[in-house]
Amino acid sequence: MSGPGVGWYLIVAAALFGIGALGVMLRRSPLVVLLSLEIMLNAGNLTLIAFARQQGNLDGQIFALAVMAVAAAEVAIGLGLIVAMARRGLALDVDQASALKG
Amino acid sequence: MGNFLVWVVWFVAAGSCLGSGIAVVSLNNPFYSALSLIGNLASLAVLYLLLAAQFLAAAQVLVYAGAVMVMFLFVIAYLGGRADAPWAGGSPLIQSAAVVAAVALLVEIVVVLGLAWGDNLKDPAEVSDSFGSPAAIGQLFLTDHLLAFEITSIVLLVAAIGGVVLGTTRERGNGIEERV
Repeated sequence: MSGPGVGWYLIVAAALFGIGALGVMLRRSPLVVLLSLEIMLNAGNLTLIAFARQQGNLDGQIFALAVMAVAAAEVAIGLGLIVAMARRGLALDVDQASALKG
Repeated sequence: MGNFLVWVVWFVAAGSCLGSGIAVVSLNNPFYSALSLIGNLASLAVLYLLLAAQFLAAAQVLVYAGAVMVMFLFVIAYLGGRADAPWAGGSPLIQSAAVVAAVALLVEIVVVLGLAWGDNLKDPAEVSDSFGSPAAIGQLFLTDHLLAFEITSIVLLVAAIGGVVLGTTRERGNGIEERV
């Protein structure tokens, strides 16, 4: 393969995963938490596709497509929950949505 | 020469990928966060192309940067100013713990990568031009991975029904609209 080897892609994926994890743990707006979650899922996808290329096996790309479908489902449900929270007049702040806390 | 060009494309795509990722996490306005995520997804599609995943790159732009992000922007516009939460939460202790945990995750992955760098990551396999083409992916989906394909459709159906259930408003007998 000409150009950068698979390891370089994996490093980008690792950095992206770290950025996404930081966003999920640090931010309070549920919207931004969902966006950061998308970054983490995409970092995983990049890893799957990089290894699919490394092994010359398309199974990794199939897995990445399945992850995309799950991400789309997750966004639909997550945004539905956020809209439901907003309509009930709850604060859009994950620190205050603690009613299920033990 | 072609080799050099691939490096340049990789460098630009990876740089904009990481830059827009940091922008998503750090920007205060969720609208701008969502816009930078679109840039992030587009530059990821370029990386997918470099990895011979043509179909996935197209699907990434169509499904993610197109459909999913339009839904995101629609909800952010619907919520308006209510979407603005304080930037970060918790005590300074919890915040620094979050940073430490994220950095620890990153270091862990990079160390594992560094250990594997020498032998396992060398010499990627030779692939034909049809690697990652829609035909090859479709063939696999309808033969080896038929079950995964069907389960994916069920997951999407459940999500669609869930979205409808979460989004409907119910009319009560006394005329007051109850938000479900």
